[in-house]
Amino acid sequence: MGRRAPSRSPLPSPRPSRRAAAGRVEGRSATPRVLKSVGKLRKLQRPHPYPGRLIAVEGIDGSGKSTQLLLLERWLIAQGYRVHFTEWNSSLLVRRSMKRGKKKDLLTPTTFSLLHAVDFADRLTYQIVPPLKAGMIVLADRYVYTAFARDVARGVHPDWVREVYGFAPRPDLTFYFRVPIEVSLQRLLTGRTKLKYHEAGMDVGLATDPVDSYRLFQSRVLDNYDKVTAEFGLRVIDAAADIPSQQKTVRREVDRMLQGYDGPRTEKQQNGRRRRETQ
Amino acid sequence: MAAAAAKRSKSWYGHGLPYVTMGSLPGHLIVIEGTDGVGRSTQIERLSPWLELEGWAVSNTGWTRSPLLSETINEAKAGHELTTTTMSLLYAADFADRMEHQIIPALKAGFIVIADRYMYTVFARNAVMGMDAAWTRQLFGMALVPDLVLYLELDVAHLIPRVLEGKGMDYWESGMHLALGADIFDSFTRYQTQLIEEYNRLARQHRFVNVDARKSVDEIQDDLRAHIASYLQRSREAAARRKPATEPVARLRRS
Repeated sequence: MGRRAPSRSPLPSPRPSRRAAAGRVEGRSATPRVLKSVGKLRKLQRPHPYPGRLIAVEGIDGSGKSTQLLLLERWLIAQGYRVHFTEWNSSLLVRRSMKRGKKKDLLTPTTFSLLHAVDFADRLTYQIVPPLKAGMIVLADRYVYTAFARDVARGVHPDWVREVYGFAPRPDLTFYFRVPIEVSLQRLLTGRTKLKYHEAGMDVGLATDPVDSYRLFQSRVLDNYDKVTAEFGLRVIDAAADIPSQQKTVRREVDRMLQGYDGPRTEKQQNGRRRRETQ
Repeated sequence: MAAAAAKRSKSWYGHGLPYVTMGSLPGHLIVIEGTDGVGRSTQIERLSPWLELEGWAVSNTGWTRSPLLSETINEAKAGHELTTTTMSLLYAADFADRMEHQIIPALKAGFIVIADRYMYTVFARNAVMGMDAAWTRQLFGMALVPDLVLYLELDVAHLIPRVLEGKGMDYWESGMHLALGADIFDSFTRYQTQLIEEYNRLARQHRFVNVDARKSVDEIQDDLRAHIASYLQRSREAAARRKPATEPVARLRRS
């Protein structure tokens, strides 16, 4: 064990476990080639070790979470905080595979889930951990809870997807923007005329009509989000309320979470200027 | 025979794929494992024609050969931007794609699937990289447990000349990303020594059938065929035992 090179990955990989490496994973039962359930979710259940702060927003499409995160970002920057924004499914690493898979409908629930995990791991390495180590505030539009809610609605095993993301650090604060299906549907359909294929869960084959499919699929997702909220203590925001009152709650919670935070600051700016380029 | 063989059940390694009904998988999943340069592909090339002559339909599947991910993986490797975590996840995605679109359908149709490498490759590499062994195993909880794993076992002293005579020492297979040695030769030697140790450990844990890869290509091929033939024989016998004595003989019907 001692001769092994340490992982050079900047990603905070779990320490190599002597116990597991010694082969107890397989146990000595009648079918030793089959995996026994072992410890899980170590990281997601305890605070991360970095000086920075990690804030995530969750919710189904049309819940208004991105709008709220943008308003939060403006406010934080205006106060001089150094902020880094990162978004689900935005890494270049798997963009081609994702596109190809979606276009040709090649993705299964498992490969869909794993490609998102690659995206997340890649962003964790390059976009989340370094700013956290530098003491900055990282804002994540969707986090691993999206996978726990969405991939499970597509059919993967709830324990498996939690294990896959076992390397993810726990955010200091995660907001869940809970919204009724009809409200989200209305919001999505006012901006454009059609629902996206995967957003509507058309790949799951619940209904042939996109709107029907959206209702069925997203209500599964909502059910899973409720489980996730209870399991990981997400802060629920009523996303059907008006935008300023939601933002007020968000800022109050963030302010409280930032008590004792002593990260790098810029001079106060009059207008919070966005550091991100997309949208 | 077909009905009885169909009862032979395969198992998932971990949680499996809840949305896939495994049903009957009368085919056989045979894995060839072993470190890079040990001669896996040469051997596999010769196995398929032999099995086909024996009357078996064969489907070959190999590491990073999925249409979904092969390009992405090759590009990412060239760019050196991967961590052990992202690499493992990409391998898992490639593997899952091949399993769902190729391996399981072939097994359903009664084929012999020959897999060039399997999840054990990631287990071995990640162990050398110091990754959490439990995480790597859980990741592949969606895999089918193979029926037979043939492990081409070769020590590093015998491996080196074979690799140098072949395609030479490759950046990744030499563990250059680990900076283990002053040059590629030292790095290769150290990395492969550790990797082979891990493979040997896995061979014991997962009941691989070890094949001495120091032998000549022909001798290795003979050994592999003997092991496969004996496995197929045992599996036929087991199926015959499970076949109920009272099972009615299917009658041909003309329409």
